[in-house]
Amino acid sequence: MGAYITRRLLWTVLLLWVVSGLTFLVFFVLPSADPALLRAGRSTDPDVVQGIRETFGLDRPKYEQYFDYMRDVFVHFDFGRSFRNDVDVRSQLMDRLPNTLLLISGAVVVWLAIGLTVGMISAVKRGTFLDRFSMTMALVCISAPVYWLGLVMLYLFSDDIGRFPLLPGSGSFSAADNPAAKFESLLMPWFVLATAFAAIYARLLRANLLEVLGEDYIRTARAKGLSERRVIFRHGARSAMTPIVTVLGLDVGILVGGAILTETVFNIPGIGRLTYDAIQRNDIVTVQGATLFLALAVCLCNLVVDVIYSLLDPRVRLS
Amino acid sequence: MSEPLLSVRDLHVHFNTDDGLVKAVDGVSYDIAPGRTLGIVGESGSGKSVSSLTVMGLTRSKTSTITGEVRFGGRDLLTASDDEMRQIRGEEIAMIFQDPLSSLHPFYRIGDQLVEAVQAHHDVSKAAALDKAVELLRLVGIPEPKDRIGGYPHEFSGGMRQRVMIAMALINEPKLLIADEPTTALDVTVQAQILELMIRLKAELDTSIVFITHDLGVVAEMADDIAVMYAGRIVEFGPAETIFGEPQHPYTWGLLGSIPKLDASRDETLVPVTGRPPSLINLPSGCAFHPRCPYVREAHKRVVPTLEPVNGDPAHRSACLLDSDVRRRIWEDLRQGKRPEEARADVMAGEGAA
Repeated sequence: MGAYITRRLLWTVLLLWVVSGLTFLVFFVLPSADPALLRAGRSTDPDVVQGIRETFGLDRPKYEQYFDYMRDVFVHFDFGRSFRNDVDVRSQLMDRLPNTLLLISGAVVVWLAIGLTVGMISAVKRGTFLDRFSMTMALVCISAPVYWLGLVMLYLFSDDIGRFPLLPGSGSFSAADNPAAKFESLLMPWFVLATAFAAIYARLLRANLLEVLGEDYIRTARAKGLSERRVIFRHGARSAMTPIVTVLGLDVGILVGGAILTETVFNIPGIGRLTYDAIQRNDIVTVQGATLFLALAVCLCNLVVDVIYSLLDPRVRLS
Repeated sequence: MSEPLLSVRDLHVHFNTDDGLVKAVDGVSYDIAPGRTLGIVGESGSGKSVSSLTVMGLTRSKTSTITGEVRFGGRDLLTASDDEMRQIRGEEIAMIFQDPLSSLHPFYRIGDQLVEAVQAHHDVSKAAALDKAVELLRLVGIPEPKDRIGGYPHEFSGGMRQRVMIAMALINEPKLLIADEPTTALDVTVQAQILELMIRLKAELDTSIVFITHDLGVVAEMADDIAVMYAGRIVEFGPAETIFGEPQHPYTWGLLGSIPKLDASRDETLVPVTGRPPSLINLPSGCAFHPRCPYVREAHKRVVPTLEPVNGDPAHRSACLLDSDVRRRIWEDLRQGKRPEEARADVMAGEGAA
């Protein structure tokens, strides 16, 4: 197991190196925006711009800039300073990380709780009205994009502009001053972010479970005289859940993408909102820092999931 | 004769499918006395597995219709509640299956799977159940059972897995063991070992066995009685030596003719049963075997044969419309190595002369 994790960590480093190279290429080499001009702000005096270039080393060869950037990132975990407002990117990321973590982890809980419950019930009650209804609803939910669903939810339920004012709306997260209020203000974002995933996982688990329940070892479990509950939960769900754990690792990455949109719609000061604002302002250092940081997070998630998977399925443990 | 342990009467199992009503089992009756072994032989789709799964209560579903009577220990299992059936399964009637790899749960240690079988029926500690599991694994010939009990199914060979399955089935000392093609997925040498093991265990534990197979050769050693099934019905039933010595049904002749014999000369070809198993949705009219029967007569396409005693012997019954005389002559010919068409010609010539 130790060797396996070490190997996976080395792969993660390699992957991050590739990602960092790509982002550097996109943001610094391709002329989307001249960092020096952005830094200069309203002043277009060529001398000022040139001064900025020299100060930040932007006049040096690209490979030198790249090497410096890499050294800072990998050795000091330093993502540089924003050319826009001169704020340290790492401290910005760290400031906002807790909010994003809160949003994502809550969404994962909602997603799994709803998705797995509905999937399980649908499989067991296969062919009934309940099954058909949940699967149709799941299809509708899968088809609803996060930003659209977010706006519709706000329109319907937010306590300022909603038709049925039930929950705190956009911007209430920053305004909340105690944990209960923060929790309340996150309810809507959690559901919005989790809906599509819950629907996908409900369908996925239903399909997996139905397939597993046709397996020979399920027949064996029944032949042993186990209760139907035990057959379904201990023997069926255990197998049906394992492939879901694998997809979970990948989907957390997609969830991060969804978090950018959700944080924007609900005005939550997280990494997603930071990235969105940075993109809006052409703040490439921040965008690059956030991209690398999120890539790291997704890689680590995948690593954790793969380790869990190997614990769940004894057949992959040795290989 | 003692009271039968299991008595199946006029069992019908029909499944409602999108394509139509599948008559998987269509009027099957048999008895098994305590300590006896019944071999049920037939092709895929002959209803041999479905009838046994029905005895276990494992074919109950929204799409199935089950009628008839299955008496076991004074109860009719078809009318027993799901919970009563659950208590009988694994405790009084146990089952082993064809593919021992897919029949064991890949994620659980075999020790845990055995313990689960014990604890489903007995309120004992895990330690006690584990002791019992080790004992059973030793009984079925797993070397160093104490060490192997922590292993996962994929760490065992095919034959060893089937031994584990047998241990799991026998762990609660059931009165009846249903073995559904237990050797089919195994290598020939391993097959022989498993058969030997089952014969030994049967002698030691005095368990009744229903042995389901498509291979008459496999049940030759094991079975006291043999039921030959075709298209959801029993077409011939009798003591094993009678079925091998004086078979009465053309389908049984076909099965016997398709077993390779080691002592036969190499140019002697096997005689397969021609054609394919019938659709269970649209059964052939009259005798269901008539489209494949080399000795079919016109009338056989209209009349449905019933299982009748052969020569007045109630122990040996056959469902064939041919005269017993004709059957005897055909079997004589076949035994001398004649091909079915030659035997048929002989019989027709005899009838023409008469």
